Amino acid sequence: MTCEELLKALNEYVDGVQLTEICEEFSEHLAGCNPCQVVVDNIRQTISLYRAGKPYELPQGFQERLQSTLQARWEEKFGGRDGQSVNSHSGNGTWSTE
Amino acid sequence: MESQLLQKTTDLDLLRLAKTGDFSAFQQLVEVLQPKVYGLAFRILRQAQDAEDATQQAFLALVEHIEDFREESSVASWVMKIASNHALKILRKKRGLSVVSMSDWSSGDSYQDMPHPEFIAPWSEPPDKIAQRAEVQQEIDKALLELDEKYRLVFILRDVEGLSVRETAEAMELTESTVKVRLLRARLALRERLTRKFGDSAQAMLPDHKHS
Repeated sequence: MTCEELLKALNEYVDGVQLTEICEEFSEHLAGCNPCQVVVDNIRQTISLYRAGKPYELPQGFQERLQSTLQARWEEKFGGRDGQSVNSHSGNGTWSTE
Repeated sequence: MESQLLQKTTDLDLLRLAKTGDFSAFQQLVEVLQPKVYGLAFRILRQAQDAEDATQQAFLALVEHIEDFREESSVASWVMKIASNHALKILRKKRGLSVVSMSDWSSGDSYQDMPHPEFIAPWSEPPDKIAQRAEVQQEIDKALLELDEKYRLVFILRDVEGLSVRETAEAMELTESTVKVRLLRARLALRERLTRKFGDSAQAMLPDHKHS
């Protein structure tokens, strides 16, 4: 495999999408090449680390602001179709999920 | 039947109810997806107010287009795609039309001169363990910020937020092959940087062979 082929295969291999011919060849190469195997592991670990991060904290009051904006738009769109859940709202800026 | 009734309500159940005009189902769906959508917007825009705007626009678009969901993907991935479009729209607007369109940069969009791995070592701890350390979030955020934006955005959409290559390409108005090249550059750069940080140097190995 040339370097370019190897690097292209690296992406596909990390994603594990489909075992194309080039991936199989890469797989064979990996079996005999420890540094390449570690590079693949490192990339997978890098992605996992970013995914494992805590969710960002929502700005204060955002939930309520979003809610009332969405509710207004919803009423415009659906109007009386679901009067019960839309119109029963007291409009105090909070929203119940019960 | 009873066991079906006891099953947990899924995103899809909520969306189907919302389509009939049920606002409380829509509220619940928003509550479930809001942290994810805000996270995506914040990663792209790096600013709370902008991220809030993008999140709001994405959910407003969801109200607008709720009947268009064809159940061809999961609800979450459909919503994340809408959210990426809105976050990128705000980013483009902030940058100004004259500065960049995201498909404009061409250097680095081929496999030519792809940097090769230099520091190769197994990590001393698994990523979920590392993620629990207090200072780590800041470190990995910093590493991401030091990447060129064109690589960073692709990495965020594809690897962090889990869009497909195709969805990432559509959101960024790029070809799939450009997304793949940029993704590889992002992955290699972050791997290099984070392995220097979290790799076990006692077990470091040399890239001692050339691939023809």
